[in-house]
Amino acid sequence: MYGNNALGIPILTIVTLLPLVGALLVALLPKNAANAIRWTAIAIAGIDMVLMLVVLFSYDRAGAGFQLVDRVEWARGLGLEYYLGVDGIAVLLYFLTSLLSLVAVVYSFSFVNHRLKEYYASLLVLETGMLGVFVALDLSLFYVFFELTLIPMALLIGVWGHGRKLYSAMKFFLYTFAGSLVMLAAIVSVYVQTSGRPGGATLNYVDLIQQAPNWSYGFQTWMFWGFFFAFAVKMPLFPFHTWLPDAHVDAPTAGSIILAGVLLKMGGYGFLRWLIPLSPEASVNFAVVPLALSVVAILYGAYITLVQRDLKKLIAYSSVASMGFTVLGIFTFTQQGVQGAILQMVSHGLISGALFLGVGVIYERLHTREIARMGGIANLMGVFTALFVVLSLANLGLPGMSAFVAEILVTLAAFRVQWWLAVPVYAYIIVSAAYMLWMVARVFYLGKPQENHEMPPMKLWQEAVPLVGLALLSVLMGVWATPFLETMEPAVSALLDYLPIAPDTGTALLP
Amino acid sequence: MESYVWLIPLAPLLAFAVNILFGKRWRGNATALVGIAGVLVSFILSVLIFAEVLGTEEFHAWNIELYSWIVSGDFDVGIGFYVDQLTSIMLLVVTSVSLLVHVYSIGYMHGDPGNYRFFSYLPLFTFSMLMLVLANNFLELYVFWEAVGLCSYLLIGFWYTKQSASDAAMKAFIVNRVGDFGFGLGVILLFVTFGTLAYVPVFERAGEVSAGTLTIITLLLFTGSMGKSAQWPLHTWLPDAMEGPTPVSALIHAATMVTAGVYLVARANPLFNEAAGTLQVIAVIGLVTALLGATIGLVQNDIKRVMAYSTISQLGYMFFALGVGAYVSAIFHLFTHAFFKALLFLGAGSVMHGVGGETDMRRMGGLRRYMPQTFATLVIGSLALAGFPPFAGFWSKDEILGFSFIQHHYWVYGFGTLASFLTAFYITRLIAMTFLGEPRFDTHAVHPHESPRTMTVPLWILAGLSVVAGFVGIPPEAGFVHHFLEPVFAAHGGEAAGEGGHSAGFSLEVFSLMAVATAVSIAGILLGLAVYARRVPALDPQLWAGRFKFVYRMLYNKYYFDEIYNALLVRPSRALGNGLWRFDARVVDGVVNGVADSVADTGGTLRRIQTGFVGNYALSIAVGLIALVGALFFL
Repeated sequence: MYGNNALGIPILTIVTLLPLVGALLVALLPKNAANAIRWTAIAIAGIDMVLMLVVLFSYDRAGAGFQLVDRVEWARGLGLEYYLGVDGIAVLLYFLTSLLSLVAVVYSFSFVNHRLKEYYASLLVLETGMLGVFVALDLSLFYVFFELTLIPMALLIGVWGHGRKLYSAMKFFLYTFAGSLVMLAAIVSVYVQTSGRPGGATLNYVDLIQQAPNWSYGFQTWMFWGFFFAFAVKMPLFPFHTWLPDAHVDAPTAGSIILAGVLLKMGGYGFLRWLIPLSPEASVNFAVVPLALSVVAILYGAYITLVQRDLKKLIAYSSVASMGFTVLGIFTFTQQGVQGAILQMVSHGLISGALFLGVGVIYERLHTREIARMGGIANLMGVFTALFVVLSLANLGLPGMSAFVAEILVTLAAFRVQWWLAVPVYAYIIVSAAYMLWMVARVFYLGKPQENHEMPPMKLWQEAVPLVGLALLSVLMGVWATPFLETMEPAVSALLDYLPIAPDTGTALLP
Repeated sequence: MESYVWLIPLAPLLAFAVNILFGKRWRGNATALVGIAGVLVSFILSVLIFAEVLGTEEFHAWNIELYSWIVSGDFDVGIGFYVDQLTSIMLLVVTSVSLLVHVYSIGYMHGDPGNYRFFSYLPLFTFSMLMLVLANNFLELYVFWEAVGLCSYLLIGFWYTKQSASDAAMKAFIVNRVGDFGFGLGVILLFVTFGTLAYVPVFERAGEVSAGTLTIITLLLFTGSMGKSAQWPLHTWLPDAMEGPTPVSALIHAATMVTAGVYLVARANPLFNEAAGTLQVIAVIGLVTALLGATIGLVQNDIKRVMAYSTISQLGYMFFALGVGAYVSAIFHLFTHAFFKALLFLGAGSVMHGVGGETDMRRMGGLRRYMPQTFATLVIGSLALAGFPPFAGFWSKDEILGFSFIQHHYWVYGFGTLASFLTAFYITRLIAMTFLGEPRFDTHAVHPHESPRTMTVPLWILAGLSVVAGFVGIPPEAGFVHHFLEPVFAAHGGEAAGEGGHSAGFSLEVFSLMAVATAVSIAGILLGLAVYARRVPALDPQLWAGRFKFVYRMLYNKYYFDEIYNALLVRPSRALGNGLWRFDARVVDGVVNGVADSVADTGGTLRRIQTGFVGNYALSIAVGLIALVGALFFL
């Protein structure tokens, strides 16, 4: 019932906590041993990635329920558990986390030079937090990991960022923390609610989904809204998105990669893992709210992206639109919608992570993010241009790349919920083409950079290899989506079966 | 051959991969040869497949599943191939023109520093186009529909540092996306309606679906066609696309990609047949476009733009042919047009090559002396376009008009014939301004020369094809091409599908229609010669432009479509974006910061008690937490 562990070793614990151990290790190193610090961080993130591959290959794609489970009741009387496990909803995001963390750590090698110890320790703690979010199956544990990501990320922005970094860091911290506080209240009330049952209080996912359908509608309503704000802010879903452009613009490159690539996905994952299962009836009834907000987010985000003049802001606002597809897909409660949403999260992680890395490549050479001050990079850095253009095409939903598959699935799901919803949603493909191609023309094709700077070719391991790798993964998902979708299928089906909806009709918006 | 179909797209794909990865370092013609080798393999295989389709009695379409691409619930889409008579003809057209264009480009692109990119994109395009015609389901078709659009984008913007080229590439992509917006929704509705996207089951069950639903589906699919095939009102990107290298214009923007819209309608004919309303819309749009293109083409001075408008106009012909149910005639015209329009473009490229990149016909004239081979082949192409017997265009165009007449679509016939007259006139004007008369350029500065053999040989081959390609359609509606394609359009029933209903072959009616068509063509040519070669004073173009100033301005400015779209769509979109951005900063973020500020104000009061800033937050957080948890426990 609580899942099994075919591997026999606590691999999830190892993978999740290894970066934390790494952070301690880094903290113990002498301050001036710069390269030792860097190499330790790389080694830790690298080993973690290798172990992640073990997870990936020992994961049974056809299996239902949780796998590679690690479960200890550490406070028996209190009903709190140490409970880790992956299923089809989590496993790809779990993988994505360690991949992008490795990219971020490797990328930082020569570009970060002050307060190295603190920097790498933050990155590694952040990695543990994110990894934990995707495998924690006890609400209290989930909350700990969820909050664990907050401080290192705020530090990355506030200490190693640029511009109004303190403002942005504070805004990021307070905004997401405000959402989390409401969630904490909701978690506490789950605990209170379950304390009356025979087995005592519990925050264990498997136990909770057996009880949640019996909870009163009023309590489910509270569950829905209690979790909603935390995850909506994280996504970020319109109108809770305004921290994102600020945070991105002022974050260091590695921070942006993690922020866009993984952190936002914790919101979408949270919807699927906690919010919906804990309020089955209420989420079906309230789905109209996130559905409406996500459709607005897609077009609102796209139109604002159209007029951005700062390269990072442009990609940040385009993320608002892309993440709109995730929320939309989830709350259609259809197989295509939810699978498309998860695929969109993974796809956007790859693409936006790579795009932000690309912005870093430009920033390190031209020291600007203003599009007007760039230009003609195609003549100066041919290979980089080719990669960035491919990623831009992926971002505008070109078929053959991952985002297209996700977007067509979500649009189909939207169509099935209410046919006319698909019309504004799909209009996105026109606007997204306009802003991405406009950006590509301004930055790469036309003119030349305003100031003369040296434009050395990409650093192989820090810049070129990650860009190529992420682009290739996006292509792989784009031309052969079936294995990825099959991985999610059992878990998504289980979730949809659990909800009080008629199969194949999705969200009951139609009378 | 069935098991070798996958090699057809694979060969150019490999050529692309090799050239893009390694081509930059190679010198000379290595990349061109790789590209040619790839396309040559495809061409040979296409010929073999055509032979097999032709040689098999009672040929049954091959439906080959390659692999499962997307599986999500009941949404199950694969990648595969569908080969029938229509496919085999399209394969021939695509690979043969592509091969000739590759060879031609050796000479044309010689010495261009971006050579390797050119010979990467061109095979990539060929791959995508082949996949487009080979697809066995609508989503796969959509994928490669966008992929050819991408190649078009890359090649229009080939000289990307030029603002006009970059803008044109962007415009092409975005306008096509407007079409694809409809196309994509059509694919989704198709899936929701049929539960599958594979051609075979969809076509089999077309009759079971209500006409209303099919009308919406087909209208949406046709929106995609309008974008890709540059039909009014989505035609504005094609003239600008001439910014690309001329071989690209020949291959992509004349012979193959822009005909994909025609292919889509022909391929999905079982759906369109059930949707009479859509067919009427297609006929009207095709006719409007045919006239629009032909009239604008009358007054343009850029040699490539004249041809671009000509392409738009000829595509309009194909569409109104489809609209009146003349599927075979439409494909027949697609087939002949591919050759003579590719010839015209490559000829124009040869002219530009000879006069140092000049495209303005006002600065040409008298070139026949300098480039006799280009002149001869271009005249053949022009006669084919003008519908002069026995050149290819005569047979296919005549058949479309004849069919409309015989089927009592007199208004289609009337406007179509008018467009045909205009066509003969503008192409004669083009030849006269370019090749006849005296040079209007500085003969000391510009030294026109004939192009190298790699360019003239493809011209002659295409010229030969422009003569003979029409013979497959003799006698009208009972020729080889009609019998060959009949199963594609008749297999799914429907009277409109079979082009029967009247006596095919030569009859008195058909002969009279041919005579009229020939007379119209000759009249157009003669008028063109009188105005631009003999320069009859009473017919002086400037005089007439002055007399009909308003008409001339409209035509010269292409009916102001670009300006209208700018004012109604482009600028309002940016204004909306700016407005929303301001709203985002002031209202959405304003509320957030307002809340934060009010909290900070409270914090300011508390600061008198507390010492540190961070401590403040910690305190308020802790107090809040305790209060919250406490409230939950005790309430």
